[in-house]
Amino acid sequence: MLKDITIGQYFPGKSPIHRMDSRVKLVLTIAFIVMLFLAGNIYSLIVGIIFTIGSYLISSIPFRMILKSVKPIVPIIVFTSLLNLFFIRSGVVLWEWKFLKITEGGVNTASFMTIRIICLIVGSSLLTYTTSPIDLTDGIERLLSPLKIIKLPVHELAMMMTIALRFIPTLIEETDKIIQAQKARGADMETGSIIKRAKSLIPVLIPLFVSSFRRAEELALAMECRCYHGGEGRTRMKQLKMHLVDLFAVLIVAAFIAGVVAVNSIT
Amino acid sequence: MSVIKTEKLTYVYGEGTPFRKTAVDNVDLEIGEGEFIGVIGHTGSGKSTLIQHFNGLLKPTSGSVFIDGERLWDDKDRLRAIRFKVGLVFQYPEYQLFEETCYKDIAFGPRNMGLSEDEIDKRVRETARLVGISDEILEKSPFELSGGQKRRVAIAGVMAMEPKVLILDEPASGLDPKGRSQILGLIREYHKEKRNTVMLVSHSMEDVAKHCSKILVMNNAGVYCFDTPAAVFHKADELEKMGLAVPQITRVFNRLRAMGCDITDDVYTVGFGKDILINALSAERKIPR
Ligand SMILES: Nc1ncnc2c1ncn2[C@@H]1O[C@H](COP(=O)(O)OP(=O)(O)O)[C@@H](O)[C@H]1O
Ligand SMILES: [Mg+2]
Repeated sequence: MLKDITIGQYFPGKSPIHRMDSRVKLVLTIAFIVMLFLAGNIYSLIVGIIFTIGSYLISSIPFRMILKSVKPIVPIIVFTSLLNLFFIRSGVVLWEWKFLKITEGGVNTASFMTIRIICLIVGSSLLTYTTSPIDLTDGIERLLSPLKIIKLPVHELAMMMTIALRFIPTLIEETDKIIQAQKARGADMETGSIIKRAKSLIPVLIPLFVSSFRRAEELALAMECRCYHGGEGRTRMKQLKMHLVDLFAVLIVAAFIAGVVAVNSIT
Repeated sequence: MSVIKTEKLTYVYGEGTPFRKTAVDNVDLEIGEGEFIGVIGHTGSGKSTLIQHFNGLLKPTSGSVFIDGERLWDDKDRLRAIRFKVGLVFQYPEYQLFEETCYKDIAFGPRNMGLSEDEIDKRVRETARLVGISDEILEKSPFELSGGQKRRVAIAGVMAMEPKVLILDEPASGLDPKGRSQILGLIREYHKEKRNTVMLVSHSMEDVAKHCSKILVMNNAGVYCFDTPAAVFHKADELEKMGLAVPQITRVFNRLRAMGCDITDDVYTVGFGKDILINALSAERKIPR
């Protein structure tokens, strides 16, 4: 059914990583990506792997979530590793068949790239697993707030994102209900030509649009009744505050980046 | 023969997730032809989930549903035919209106059935008359109407399919008292005129007390009891413990009995209560003290 689609992949918990400030998490995720790209040889990549595994252990996110985050990119991984495997020609030839050739250099690069991509995806998924969508948009808003100087409507963008996130599940539920109701009136959405099927969506889409507009109007009215007037001078119920955890996290990431750089010189 | 029959019907939402919830648990039911059934139960007791099985919108997690002796889900291609036989009006049905005019919207179901234009026209006009929608309103856009009118147009959309069984999920919710009694009145009219089976879902006993031949009480995903109104309201105390309000008139009589008056305990309509009170009072006057 439609509602099985999960929006956002927040996995509630109480680990130190969950408790971190979302701004710090955002910045550290970027730092983590930089760390992976700094890793130039297999040893420094191992440092990156240790960091990724360590963060997961601390976050107590179940193992199957890791698999879930990797699943969508499996085709990309397979494709790039095949390219690397067959087209990089350096070092000892390991296997040869007609025009195909696998060399040691190819194997090395392929496995290096694969591990790096997996680390990248798994590591940055941790951000969305441990941060609720609302906290995330809050964090993004704060981080981008300097851009207000160049007249970028940062608060309004963040508010739009928050509202969208809030209403996606509601709209999915509503779509489900309308589909059921039209099916009860004999609407046939599963058989027939493409044109017929597209036409059969009209009885679903029109009520959906009507109710979205109604909701938007009601929401706008409710916000106005509470004197909402944009981000100017607005205070927050939930203050973002740095804690000791955040300081520790920053230090740990810094140490790992230093480690990667140091290990890079070993060859 | 029964039109609707269920055997050990069970439905679970979100099987295999932390949000697993058994909404219908092992329900055995048999509903006869031409009956007017009231379905009551507190919010979340599984009423809506149960009725969505009767026209094959939900597939039982386990157990079976029979319509006219035919087991649903044995042949998926038959489901559409079943939906013409068992008409289901969802809660807040006005949110499914979509056509340019009320006429076209009411005609949507009959048209899906593949009826001739003449037959469609006949059915649309007949149901419109039944629910009190004038020819003038029929040509208007459904989005211009008042809440009560929209609701009636939406209900007519299902009635026009002339289903053998008409099921309505809380058809009067969210309306003012006048709108409520209008809707309930037209459902009664429909039953009287067509003699088809009707199931009326409500969380208010007051709505179902008057005209149902039988009442199905749902509690915590199961059937608490399925009996005549008199027998059901006899259990007023237990029903109140389940969070269901018994009709006010029944409460008055129960209190009177508790105070020591010798009167019957099966009063659930004001008219009947009035007769009983008049009889009791005049009997009392005749007895010289
Ligand atoms: N789409 C759904 N997904 C998950 N749980 C649901 C869904 N619909 C209903 N439920 C749950 O199933 C139970 C029965 O709901 P429902 O059949 O709507 O009860 P009622 O109509 O009597 O109020 C409730 O606990 C409700 O939370
Ligand atoms: Mg319900």
